[in-house]
Amino acid sequence: MPMTKVEAVIQPSKLDAVKDALIEIGIDGMTVIEVRGHGRQKGHTEFYRGREYTVDLLPKVKLELVLSDELVDKAVQAIINAARTGKIGDGKIFLSRVDEAIRIRNEERGVAAL
Amino acid sequence: MSKVSRLAEIGVYRFLVLTCLLLSSLGGEVRAQVSGNQPSSAVVASASSAAENPSARLAKLEAQVADAKSSADNAWMLTSSALVLLMTGPGLALFYCGLVRRKNVLATMMQSFAMMAIITVLWGLFSYSLAFGSGNSFIGGLHHLFLRGVGVQPDPDYSSTIPLQTFMVYQLMFAIITPALITGAFAERMKFSAMALFLILWSIFVYDPMAHMVWGKGGLLNASLGGRFPTLDFAGGTVVHVTSGVSALVCATYLGKRLGYPKEAMPPHSVVLSFIGACLLWVGWFGFNAGSALAAGSLATSAFVATHFGAAAAVIGWAGAEWIRNGKPSALGAISGAVAGLVAITPAAGFVSPMSALVIGLLAGIVCYLMVAKVKAIFGYDDSLDAFGVHGAGGTLGALLTGIFAVKAINPIFKDSQGNALPSGLLEGNPHQLVNQLVGIAIAWVLAIVGTFIILKIVDALIGLRVSPEHEIQGLDLSQHGEEGYYWEASAL
Repeated sequence: MPMTKVEAVIQPSKLDAVKDALIEIGIDGMTVIEVRGHGRQKGHTEFYRGREYTVDLLPKVKLELVLSDELVDKAVQAIINAARTGKIGDGKIFLSRVDEAIRIRNEERGVAAL
Repeated sequence: MSKVSRLAEIGVYRFLVLTCLLLSSLGGEVRAQVSGNQPSSAVVASASSAAENPSARLAKLEAQVADAKSSADNAWMLTSSALVLLMTGPGLALFYCGLVRRKNVLATMMQSFAMMAIITVLWGLFSYSLAFGSGNSFIGGLHHLFLRGVGVQPDPDYSSTIPLQTFMVYQLMFAIITPALITGAFAERMKFSAMALFLILWSIFVYDPMAHMVWGKGGLLNASLGGRFPTLDFAGGTVVHVTSGVSALVCATYLGKRLGYPKEAMPPHSVVLSFIGACLLWVGWFGFNAGSALAAGSLATSAFVATHFGAAAAVIGWAGAEWIRNGKPSALGAISGAVAGLVAITPAAGFVSPMSALVIGLLAGIVCYLMVAKVKAIFGYDDSLDAFGVHGAGGTLGALLTGIFAVKAINPIFKDSQGNALPSGLLEGNPHQLVNQLVGIAIAWVLAIVGTFIILKIVDALIGLRVSPEHEIQGLDLSQHGEEGYYWEASAL
């Protein structure tokens, strides 16, 4: 059964918009993780007792969704539309194959478990 | 209304009522209610016969007035003692722990807290005696071993209105916070056992002599009790801040820098905690400075006001300097400024006017900011929490400025043989006082440097000072105390 993992690293301020957009297209299973990172986005400097610190690991939010393949394009588009600001730092989406999915409650497998 | 002013008000009110009754019915009966609780605020029981003579009743009256004054002074001094302890726990504990990395938060608090326990025991056993007992110009004796003779009777050399035990416990709180201040210099890398041993020895061999010289009877630098080089140090600019600050510098240099300093970023893990600690320090400092008047009178008011004004001006000095240099005033800078101002006003509090306090505070804010932001980087020492930059430098500056701004109108500390007040400081026409201040400051510096260096060497030879690199990386909370400060992610919520 073809399943895909969608990992999206987005701006924390866009989390609500992305969640709403996904629920709107019928996707309501997701895992949300707080992360730090950066791509090409520069950080900022902070001052503590006269010492300058460059903070370049920026707070981001990572969403992980495992979807059946036919939903992936719609989900990716929904995420992009909700999360985009047009500026550097918007984030990235990665897709990968998932070998198996199992529901713990009743041991259902495959797409039925999603 | 506070308990302090209420007790004083009751005492004064009863005195006035009694005086009126006495004057209006001299020779007749005086009937009044017996309060029944504290003897010191009790009103006289009624005279059963008209035969009790006026001079006996006057003597009773005088005793009650003295009792009322003692009540007010003792109430303020016990409150002040509590305020000064609050400065250590949690004031300093929070201020310092917020500045370190998360993995060292508990260890940093423990260092201050341990002083609350350990110094108390030392003080009771013999340290109070060494600091405030009579001995020679440099150290007291063991007359008050195990607090013998330290009871409810006042000792007029120190204060004639409060029990000596109150004075002892008040001074204890100073003895507690002084070594706790030093912990800022070696934060995040000193073994708990070594810290405890070091500070025990430091308290005995550096703090006790310095306290004795400035405040103890017969002390070389004691301005109130005829010391040879009377140093004006109202609440401990030299005794507390210079000694601890300079010792901090020695410690920071001897122990060496933290692993990764200065390349690795080590920002404070919680400026919020430091903020709370700093505010507690500011409020507690009223006990530290105004309580050093050892009475609840107008000198306490002067010291209270000067303390507050000094802190306020220093906030502006530090934050202003930061705003100019970095473009933004930081919260950490503002609270550090407050502490710097409080340090600098400490020796001056009971000697200077409010306006002078503003000047002292402003200068302290700017100077200490530069010490921390520029000078530290130039010399490259890792005084992790700026104990030297704030306390050493601020205390030295404050002690010098005290020699300039002290005026007899606030506190007639120097008197001629007829009892007339003499000029105190330079601006008033006594430039010589600056020399005395320098002597006191120099003695504090030398005692701190020599004493600290020797004690560090001894403790290092006995048990080693620094944690292993693995333990330093793991963090002191786990390696020294087997604990984590915040167990938020690991637990099941």
